Amino acid sequence: MAELSSHPDEVKIVSSRFGKGAADIKRYLELDGYKAVEKALLMTPDAIINEVKTSSLRGRGGAGFSTGMKWSFVPKESAKPKYILVNGDESEPGTCKDRPILEHDPHAVIEGVIIAGLAVGAKLGFVYIRGEYRYLVDIMRKAIDDAYAKGFLGKNIFGSGKDFDVRWHTGAGAYEVGEESALMESLEGKRGIPRIRPPFPAVVGLWGGPTVINNVETLASVPHIILMGGQKFADYGPPKNGGTRLFCLSGHINKPGVYELPLGYPLKKMIYDVGGGIPNGRKLKAVVPGGSSTFILNAEEAEQMNMDFDSFGKRGEFLGSGGVVMLDDQTCMVKFALRIMKFYQHESCGWCIPCREGTDWLKKTLTRFHAGGGLMKDIDNIKYLAQGILGRSFCPLGDAAAIPTISIVDKWRSEFEAHLEGRPCPFEKAGVASEVPVIA
Amino acid sequence: MAPISEKLDRFFDEKMKEYPTKRSFLVPMLLYSQDELGCLTDEVIAHLARKTELTELEVSNVISYYSLLRRKPLGKFHVQVCTNVSCMLRGGEELLDHCKDRLGIGHKQVTSDGVFSLEEVECIGACSWAPAVQVNYDFHENLTAAKMDAVLDQYKNSPQQPAKY
Repeated sequence: MAELSSHPDEVKIVSSRFGKGAADIKRYLELDGYKAVEKALLMTPDAIINEVKTSSLRGRGGAGFSTGMKWSFVPKESAKPKYILVNGDESEPGTCKDRPILEHDPHAVIEGVIIAGLAVGAKLGFVYIRGEYRYLVDIMRKAIDDAYAKGFLGKNIFGSGKDFDVRWHTGAGAYEVGEESALMESLEGKRGIPRIRPPFPAVVGLWGGPTVINNVETLASVPHIILMGGQKFADYGPPKNGGTRLFCLSGHINKPGVYELPLGYPLKKMIYDVGGGIPNGRKLKAVVPGGSSTFILNAEEAEQMNMDFDSFGKRGEFLGSGGVVMLDDQTCMVKFALRIMKFYQHESCGWCIPCREGTDWLKKTLTRFHAGGGLMKDIDNIKYLAQGILGRSFCPLGDAAAIPTISIVDKWRSEFEAHLEGRPCPFEKAGVASEVPVIA
Repeated sequence: MAPISEKLDRFFDEKMKEYPTKRSFLVPMLLYSQDELGCLTDEVIAHLARKTELTELEVSNVISYYSLLRRKPLGKFHVQVCTNVSCMLRGGEELLDHCKDRLGIGHKQVTSDGVFSLEEVECIGACSWAPAVQVNYDFHENLTAAKMDAVLDQYKNSPQQPAKY
């Protein structure tokens, strides 16, 4: 269903089985399937964690935290059972990479869960998939059933004397549940309200037990790391930014698609070579580097960035989720800011005041502003409201709403000024979206 | 008599055993019940409350959090048009307007024959294949107005898909 794309610069590791029918367990076994688990069963937990640390694999959900470190925080001894939880609640605008993984390579995720379980001493893992992805829930259910039938899950897996179970679970529509503590609440059958931290899930997680929560792509990378060795994986990217990543190109780009590229790949090449440039002879105006929660780059910045965590981190910004959205020079940035805020206002769980009230006021102000009812003082007020949320909300959703808004006001202030005094949106007549050719 | 089919009820009983607490499987149970019934009725809320040993109010509180869950029925085919950023940049809003014109209904409304309902939704994870629409759980991607018409025609003439679980 999710159409596949290809480019010669791609390094296919996580996507190596895409389009090869690997959702079928027989085919998966022909493609080195479950060899990583067999190898990991002969390793000590510390050796597995060290291999993942060596790979410098960092969380592919967006936060970019070291996976090996995260696993090492789980206490060795625990009175309560430990759990592995796969975050498949992919909902970050611009991000559509977990979908092809779950569709084309579900067993790689199961393998990742088992290996994570061996590393931290958990015996049960849950794969949580967003409710909208029902066809992927069905694919995962079958993959899990097939793995049980082969003896890869359940009692005494691979005759090792060890037991491991994997269960599937589904959401029912909530962006907020992608936040790890809200995800646990949802899996426990509750509203997805985030929990206060500390304690962190690695110590007190699902039903009070230590819990490792990893993104789908992160866990799908793990079997490859175990088979090829952590160092080899690390060497694909710059130091401390190991391996490859699925980048989802979308928006105003000639060849949108999901491409697996090494971390540190230049954004300029990603846009003009891999993505084939901007359609209709237009120029690039802005890039959302990794989902709508990241600082928005202008064209000049975009052409200098390398796509790894630390290149963004040293600017105080975020690489994000891999959702790279291009905006051409006919896009209204006020409208763009409004659409982003409409989303966060809709998704705010309402639990904490800065996020609930801040996103609502920002949506109202931006709506009035874009319609021509803006005042000069609103421009600073929009930034002030966003800064009022930043760092003050209960969970990262508030920050996610504030960050793009602040960067849009800072970088495209002149576009806000062009909307003042009852003037209609200067871009409205250009027919921003309707002129973009839709790919057949 | 349970308000859901016996088969679905047994399936819930099996799944509930996989979790340490009775309420854990509640969110999927609500979604799968809705797939069978069209919406979450008072009867099914009472039934799931009994199963999970929660109050009906606690179950309702969970329902109101999740955007896919609903208390009122929608059309046989629920057309969900994404207008979030990646879709917006490739014509998602125009596609929504086209659907409104074609179906003669607005956001969260149902056609008079009950066949279609329409909803503007947030990101559905089809960004690289935008603009995209979900009809019930089926994805339709890289759409134009003409392709959208063909999609709607195809549903109009097809029997309702059975609920899957």
